[in-house]
Amino acid sequence: MPGQVQSIARAAAILRLLASSSGRLGIGEIARSLDLPKGTAHGIVRTLQDVGFVEQDKTSGKYQLGAALLHLGTSYLDVNELRSRSINWADPLAARSGESVRIGTLLDGKVLVVHHVFRPDDTLQTLDVGSLLPPHATALGKVLLAYDVGAANAVLQGEPEPYTRRTLVTPRTLSRALTEIRDNGWGAEIEEMTLGEAGIAAPIRGYGGLVVGAIGLSGPVDRVCDGKSHPRPALVAYVRDAARAVSRDLGAARW
Amino acid sequence: MTDSYVVSIDQGTTSTRCIVFDRRGNLVSVAQREHQQHFPRPGWVEHDALEIWRNVGKVVPRALVEAGIGVDQIAAIGIANQRETIVVWDRRTGVPVAPAIIWQDTRTDALVETLSEAAGADGLRERCGLPLTTYFSAPKLRWLLDHTPGLPERAERGEVLFGTMESWLIWNLTGGPDGGLHLTDVTNASRTMLMDLRTLRWHPDSLAFFGIPAAMLPEIRSSSEVYGTATTVLPGVRIAAALGDQQAALFGQTCFAPGDAKCTYGTGSFLLLNTGEEPVHSDHGLLTTVGYQIAGRPAVYALEGSIAITGSLVQWFRDQLDLITTAPEIETLARTVDDNGGCYIVPAFSGLFAPHWRSEARGVIVGLTSYITKGHLARAVLEATGWQTREVVEAMNADSGLDLTALRVDGGMTANNLLMQFVADVLGVPVVRPMVAETVSLGAAYAAGLAVGYWADLEGLRSNWHLAARWEPELDETIRAEERENWQRAVERTFGWIKPEARAANR
Repeated sequence: MPGQVQSIARAAAILRLLASSSGRLGIGEIARSLDLPKGTAHGIVRTLQDVGFVEQDKTSGKYQLGAALLHLGTSYLDVNELRSRSINWADPLAARSGESVRIGTLLDGKVLVVHHVFRPDDTLQTLDVGSLLPPHATALGKVLLAYDVGAANAVLQGEPEPYTRRTLVTPRTLSRALTEIRDNGWGAEIEEMTLGEAGIAAPIRGYGGLVVGAIGLSGPVDRVCDGKSHPRPALVAYVRDAARAVSRDLGAARW
Repeated sequence: MTDSYVVSIDQGTTSTRCIVFDRRGNLVSVAQREHQQHFPRPGWVEHDALEIWRNVGKVVPRALVEAGIGVDQIAAIGIANQRETIVVWDRRTGVPVAPAIIWQDTRTDALVETLSEAAGADGLRERCGLPLTTYFSAPKLRWLLDHTPGLPERAERGEVLFGTMESWLIWNLTGGPDGGLHLTDVTNASRTMLMDLRTLRWHPDSLAFFGIPAAMLPEIRSSSEVYGTATTVLPGVRIAAALGDQQAALFGQTCFAPGDAKCTYGTGSFLLLNTGEEPVHSDHGLLTTVGYQIAGRPAVYALEGSIAITGSLVQWFRDQLDLITTAPEIETLARTVDDNGGCYIVPAFSGLFAPHWRSEARGVIVGLTSYITKGHLARAVLEATGWQTREVVEAMNADSGLDLTALRVDGGMTANNLLMQFVADVLGVPVVRPMVAETVSLGAAYAAGLAVGYWADLEGLRSNWHLAARWEPELDETIRAEERENWQRAVERTFGWIKPEARAANR
């Protein structure tokens, strides 16, 4: 059996202490109560503050439980916040790739389009923020399913709609595709939703690596894929770079 | 072949940013550093100009490192800056004689009232295109001369220099006490109240009216020309553009044709309309200003409508009312309801700006009933920005005789989809967002790149502009008219809140 992780045990103790306290607590008080060096207590409290479990009062500098703890069960990143934080990275992805860019999250088993950047060719295009896409037939959706077991199971147990001959509809092909996405760190869709169209997407991660959304591009299959019907490596790199940049902004350390 | 790039320095109200752009106008890297805001007394806002200059020295190298490029790959530097803010410094030591007085600072309230009754105040607006208010540079400079012992004499002798932020940075970049160039550009000069809009020169009557010694003023140059070569920070690189930040955004949005307009949505919002080579004087409370001038060409003028409180209303909702934890959540909260429920918020926190210019007005929330939820309030917050935009557009259409056909937008609030849709709905014209959101920096880069031949011409810059999003008006015309009227009635309820006696006592 693996050993106990000391800092997690201490973090839990700090949360219990703050929960049982009648008022806010300062670092000194927390450190004394738990018999921890002040620096150690401070490091843990700061991390808890970063993830939203603890809040610091602006005037007194003391700490209390954070609002995020009350909403643990619900989505922790507001979709409008996600758009706002990713807008500066979605634009360059569209500019570099020459294709339209979308950011999505899962909502009730569908992909909710949170942000949409037009293909930079100044042709007539319609903003489709707020629309819903099928998760099994889009690159964004498959990437999101790959990191969400519950949503993936719901799709696998349902009857995914076949949009084209290439849409993945059997549990076997779909779960194999999701495994591949987890192995590669990105995913693609080639004519699985619309004939002649393809897409590439990668996960956006927040604190601790939690996947909070996906960013991807889509366009005509002959532009997105090379002669051997593989997604073009340069485009894959652009998508992954953009996903990493947004993740970094959201506080994901390693990605 | 090594690629070359253009660097822009955006010296803003809260931070100084350096952005590296490539030939297609794509953002390559960004570095940013905030500086301290000083509020020594109610209504006073100051910056430490030396801290800002030090920040330039930090962000520029950082942006280059992040882009992985060297100084020899920089084709030119362009500067965009917070407007109207003043610095006065000793030309021998380079040390400011006082903290920089920021555009928001209202310490000149009483001075402005006195000046507006003085002889010579009449011709001022016609000459400079601006109403006599606390925002512009000349009253601030007059105040500083009045309140710094010995300063008027030192200014007469040319021992101290005056400048807006771009003058301060260019002087320091080109050597400071050791041969630094003391100059400004037409857009920044047009915000001082001292420049004649037609001749683009300091006007002796305006100088006399404010009592400003000519010896302390910078030379006025175009917005896009090689001013000189940097000797520090980016040694050897040509400094080739300077524009006030809002004019830079106009340039970055490639609003080069009369009738082109852009609105930058930030803490406050600024709508500028290109009116071509003739200044258009406003009968509806707008400012007449220089949009830009390319060296050797006539200046291009603009009408400007400033809205004081837009993004800052969302911040107020977050920080003072505590109804949301981050600014973007306002959209989530607003979407919990279908409409404003009859509630309107007019954020006249420090009076109303364009087109009303009512300094005695104060904010109101009207239409409150027990039905109203925080969702309705969130809607009313966003709608306030939409209606204020509409008021400014109406004034511009009336003044210019041009009918706005589309509004180009940029700034942080363009991430708010509900707001952008609402702006399109209340204006009745499409709202379009370009691919590069950093239009202020991009505009300064464009103007600099143009001056050194990095970009060939305005057409070349236009072809860099790409549509990233477009919101079409969807609101029914009858509802739009009704809501417009409701907003107007709400605005009227803000008028006259501060009593004349209270204002007199504050003088």
